[in-house]
Amino acid sequence: MEKKTLFDKIWDAHVVKEVAGGPNVLYIDRHLIHEVTSPVAFLGLKTRGLKVFRPELTTATPDHNVPTENQHLTIVDELSRHQVEMLKRNCEEHGIFYHDLQSDGHGIVHIIGPELGLTQPGMTIVCGDSHTSTHGAFGAIAFGIGTSEVEMVLASQCIMQPKPKKMRITVNGELKKGVTAKDIALYIISQISTSGGTGHFIEYAGSAITSLSMEGRMTLCNLSIESGARGGMIAPDETTINYVKGRQYAPQSEEWEKAVARWQDLKSDEDAVFDTEYAFSADDIEPMITYGTNPGMGIGITQKIPATNGMQGSDKNTFLKSLQYMGYSEGEKMLGKKVDYVFVGSCTNGRIEDFRAFAGFVKGRKKAENVTTWLVPGSQKVEKQIRAEGLVEILEAAGFELRQPGCSACLAMNEDKIPEGKYAVSTTNRNFEGRQGPGARTMLASPLTAAAAAVTGVITDPREML
Amino acid sequence: MAYDKFSKITSPAVPLPVENVDTDQIIPARFLKAVERKGFGDNLFRDWRYNKDGSPKADFPLNNSKYSGKILVAGKNFGSGSSREHATWAIYDYGFRVVVSSFYADIFKNNALNTGLLPVVVSPEFLQKIFDAIEKNPDAEFETDLKKQTFTILETGDSEEFEINPYKKHCLRNGLDDIDYLVEMKEEIAAFEAAS
Repeated sequence: MEKKTLFDKIWDAHVVKEVAGGPNVLYIDRHLIHEVTSPVAFLGLKTRGLKVFRPELTTATPDHNVPTENQHLTIVDELSRHQVEMLKRNCEEHGIFYHDLQSDGHGIVHIIGPELGLTQPGMTIVCGDSHTSTHGAFGAIAFGIGTSEVEMVLASQCIMQPKPKKMRITVNGELKKGVTAKDIALYIISQISTSGGTGHFIEYAGSAITSLSMEGRMTLCNLSIESGARGGMIAPDETTINYVKGRQYAPQSEEWEKAVARWQDLKSDEDAVFDTEYAFSADDIEPMITYGTNPGMGIGITQKIPATNGMQGSDKNTFLKSLQYMGYSEGEKMLGKKVDYVFVGSCTNGRIEDFRAFAGFVKGRKKAENVTTWLVPGSQKVEKQIRAEGLVEILEAAGFELRQPGCSACLAMNEDKIPEGKYAVSTTNRNFEGRQGPGARTMLASPLTAAAAAVTGVITDPREML
Repeated sequence: MAYDKFSKITSPAVPLPVENVDTDQIIPARFLKAVERKGFGDNLFRDWRYNKDGSPKADFPLNNSKYSGKILVAGKNFGSGSSREHATWAIYDYGFRVVVSSFYADIFKNNALNTGLLPVVVSPEFLQKIFDAIEKNPDAEFETDLKKQTFTILETGDSEEFEINPYKKHCLRNGLDDIDYLVEMKEEIAAFEAAS
């Protein structure tokens, strides 16, 4: 029998048709939508006189645009408000379940999907957002799509996709103290670059991966897109099954037993062949920080910004343009560099484990006076859990406040913008020019490294303070 | 979304010799608040193209009157990052019909094809030849022939073939999109659902 990868097994089971000389027609089990990339798709349906084909398989929530303060009031920004209202109206018209602001199921799409049990092993999951790769942590094929593709899913529950190549990234060994899933991800991208995964879908394997919690696995899979890959996935195991069990939309009783039995087979066959393979050792990974304007420009926190010796032509120009934007020079150390803002949140690191790590670190310490911090839970459920665990008291005693859930300063579509020229340590996913606000300078790092910066006011190795 | 049928485009080209141009640069997130697909071209490359006060930055290629045309030529790994289709809408709305690079991010390439914008992949060496040709003569014309799948520097006659899958080629040449195709398949899709 043909040896298949985990990816092959799920993909092949969802192919409705292979178009001659073209892509596959791929069936989608779960579709998530938000206010920014869906309105033009709904407009397209209207123009064509179409209805949503399977409204029960789409779930909606507003996240990109929403304020993180005073969510009980009307949204002040007129355009944002209009987009959010439009999403609600479109959902009502088409019978799509909508998790409104402040409702128990509200939050960033990639946080609520898993929380509600909408995300399950073996599924195909899409959303008009590149960080849909997050859901791959459950052993699902999950990837971001454009608005035309959102319209395809609404119209037919299918999209047309060429089958990507397969890559396996194995990380063996035990993570050192102070090293998190975020550091694994930034390390991998620093090694294979932001285009190393292009054309591929990644499967992560190895002891350093299987020992991660579901939260950690979601962080890692979330960042797959930053290597250029369509997505990343991890074979489901006991950790996965324990996480999904009992959640609102997870299969119940007999159906649950059947589902678990089905999920046992969701792993790559022993001799399955991958188009590309990488192997890394957990020993080589230290807390990471980025110094440039793409997520591949990351280094271990004790290292120096690379020198341009050996770089040529447009590579060198692009590198120098990036350092100029950041206000850094080649060969400089990152430790001790000034920090103005710290942002903790996003679909990358806005889960309960991230806030536990941050709160645990700042407990008994004080926020540095020169630093403004924004702590934004990924969802209502995360916020409630933070409160239930008494973390708010710890944070407040250290001088930190909690805001309300949303994408916030990760892409700065709402009011949470890092001012021009300011330096932000951010637990998010992109350090692109202007990503966190026009002229903002972003350094990507883990919640622990963010916490160390928040209490010292400079880039600090969190291991020194654990 | 309907777009113009694509056949052959002969035009000068605008150079953007920068690598890893992400979609946040093509169209920053704060301009994604529209609920209709129009007007995005005004904010194409917004923060590279305009100063804070709204005045154009003189050294950005789109603001340089010596460059014009329907072809945008960019450094490798073009369109990385966010899946926002608004990036391809902005490029199309500005007036480009072809993007040329040696390497694209996957989602950008899909979005471009769904928008009626042709992403031409050329070799790194040929990309450099194109940049050199524009540098030498900003009015130099280039021919994109979708039927023959060739991109030609008309001044030198240098030409390279590019790949595109036959289905997408058919769609572009006829102004068709995937939604038309999928809607026709509803019975097959329902049968697939029943069987799984």
